[in-house]
Amino acid sequence: MSTGATPSKYRIKVDHDQCMLCERCIDNCSYGVFRREGQKIAVDSHKCTACHRCIAMCPRDAIELEEKPNDYRSHPVWTREAREAIYKQANSGQIILSGMGNALDYPIIFDRLVLDACQVTNPSIDPLREPMELRTYLGKKPRQIVLDRTKKGDYDLKTKLSPNLMLETPVMIGHMSYGAISLNAQLSMAKAVSELGTFMGTGEGGLHKDLYPYQNHMIVQVASGRFGVDINYLERGSAIEIKIGQGAKPGIGGHLPGEKVEEDVSKTRMIPLHSDAISPAPHHDIYSIEDLAQLVRSLKEATEWKKPVFVKIAAVHNVAAIAAGIARSSADAVVIDGFRGGTGAAPRVFRDHVGIPIEAAIAAVDEKLRHQGIRNEVSLIASGGIRDSADLTKAIALGADAVYIGTAALIAMGCRVCGSCYRGLCPWGIATQRPELVSRINPDEASKNVANLIKGWTLELAELMGAAGINSLESLRGNRDRLRGYMLDEEMMKVLDVKMIGA
Amino acid sequence: METITIDAANLHYTPLNIKIRELIRQGKKRIVLNNICGQRFIGNGIRGDDIEIVINGVPGGDLGMFMSGPTLIVHGNCDHAPGNTMDSGKIVIHGSAGDATAHSMRGGEVFVRDDIGYRGGIHMKEYHGKRPVLVVGGKAGSFIGEYMAGGLLIVLGIDRNTPVRGKGIGSGIHGGKIIIRGDVDENLLGIGAKKEPLSGEDMEDLEKYLKEYCRLFEHDFEDLSGSFYTKIIPASSRPFAGKYCWE
Repeated sequence: MSTGATPSKYRIKVDHDQCMLCERCIDNCSYGVFRREGQKIAVDSHKCTACHRCIAMCPRDAIELEEKPNDYRSHPVWTREAREAIYKQANSGQIILSGMGNALDYPIIFDRLVLDACQVTNPSIDPLREPMELRTYLGKKPRQIVLDRTKKGDYDLKTKLSPNLMLETPVMIGHMSYGAISLNAQLSMAKAVSELGTFMGTGEGGLHKDLYPYQNHMIVQVASGRFGVDINYLERGSAIEIKIGQGAKPGIGGHLPGEKVEEDVSKTRMIPLHSDAISPAPHHDIYSIEDLAQLVRSLKEATEWKKPVFVKIAAVHNVAAIAAGIARSSADAVVIDGFRGGTGAAPRVFRDHVGIPIEAAIAAVDEKLRHQGIRNEVSLIASGGIRDSADLTKAIALGADAVYIGTAALIAMGCRVCGSCYRGLCPWGIATQRPELVSRINPDEASKNVANLIKGWTLELAELMGAAGINSLESLRGNRDRLRGYMLDEEMMKVLDVKMIGA
Repeated sequence: METITIDAANLHYTPLNIKIRELIRQGKKRIVLNNICGQRFIGNGIRGDDIEIVINGVPGGDLGMFMSGPTLIVHGNCDHAPGNTMDSGKIVIHGSAGDATAHSMRGGEVFVRDDIGYRGGIHMKEYHGKRPVLVVGGKAGSFIGEYMAGGLLIVLGIDRNTPVRGKGIGSGIHGGKIIIRGDVDENLLGIGAKKEPLSGEDMEDLEKYLKEYCRLFEHDFEDLSGSFYTKIIPASSRPFAGKYCWE
């Protein structure tokens, strides 16, 4: 190869004075960075992914990690990433595969929006003293209700209501399939959402029988590969989600390599052992908005109109018009996944360059639906790069009914965002099917971590609402007056429909 | 066997499906639907290997989607995607069917007497004892068996100049097989598909379904059994291997 070897991305150093040769680093590193050589631990830094498992497990604090130890000549255009991508493709002629969410340094709109609080003229509310209404119902709301007065003077509701999901907190966990992540990771999250009264998605990998006890808190996914989809699966879910697109890779399908399709994954996806699971780019029975309506109704007919049906799309340029189409398809909620959404594997060029940020997408979709008078027809679920309760609160103030988190829930279980999910060697037992790695997650413990995270965010959301004098999520939703743009340009603020700070 | 007849004239699909489910719950095994005219989703998600529904007329899209067990017999043409994501059971169509027939079917059989539209048998897959089979008596549009991951797709081209004229046969196919009567122009094959002569085992497989086709539609078996057939299978079980390098 005329390009020679590229420098390692990370340098691992073992402090031999500190090291007690316990070899935990060797045991824990699934990438094979460490080995024993006589009376010391030797390292191969080239294999390191910066997953931090060794550092987290070292009892003597003897491991040091340095990012990008060897500099290239600095250049504003020909960055290290640009050069290294060229070396890779010059040597392989292949598509560069990447993991987790968008890694380019785009400005984050959430960080240019600030929240409001009460001072003097209207008092803030103390959530300790006053009840805070955080319960959220996802699904169609009637345009009007008809009441019948009974002889006793009571009222009977004559309007037939559509099935809704009841959430105790507006935070759900998005769809990460069994196959992409481990059963223990799914179990941990399923326990957490069941305890908290919220929901999680199955992803396109079927529903493993160990998750049946949590099925009332699971949203089952129907994606283009239809893996694991049969009538039993649809009936088990509390809601059904049609996945059209994903923020990390809008417009393309998915591909679970045969290596990850071990026995249980094969059973759950209902495909032969070690066969590639290929999800086509489009659903081949959906080539138009009318076809989408047909699938939505088909799912409802199959489940006797008992389940809400969601439609998930990636946030792309015309997201508002597409969402308006979805709102007319009999769907009960539209899920918008922004371009910072994570993934187990996506071509890097898609992950980093296709789609738009969730903040603008929420604002555009909410506004379009309101202007067309159909906001009640669908709930709006936002996802893709929700990092904390501030993002959550701002997403709701921009118009979302609830959010899906993905990466944040994985981080709560130990993930260090090393972005090597597609290798199937996740040392944290999350993005892997290797039994010795999967067993590193204890679902009883990890579920507490996930539940704690959502509890913490929910407490913060209540505090932020109280400070703003709001005691019900309904009053925060789409309340853009409680947001101000800080260092956002005028056009952007028009899209978001927020005022400038000071205004 | 007791037969229950429903007059579906001017009946919307939801009340129709509620009626069908109600009858199945009551233990009725044979249901005849008359005056069907475009009602979609008939038999969606219904269960029961011993249930038979006769459909007189032209049903709408997604006939028998997610169905698990029953037999649907259609005396008329079908719209979009009969047998979509079907799990098991049988659909017999005495006529033609639209696009995406047997889309993503995992098990069961779909027999179409005449033609089908585009994307027939696309992404069919098999699992354990389940093996989906689509038999088309007439011709099929482009992209048949695209992304096929398992099962058997047979196109006979009876009384047609050619069974398949469109391009993209078996693009991305990574499991299962397609058998087409007559020779198939190499140019019509999609990426990842290759032609092969039929083995003895393939012939047995084929004959079983030819006989069933002839029985269902009263066709002369000799007319079909003497023909030359082409088998199309995956060139590789991993069409996407070697496409990616790591970041």
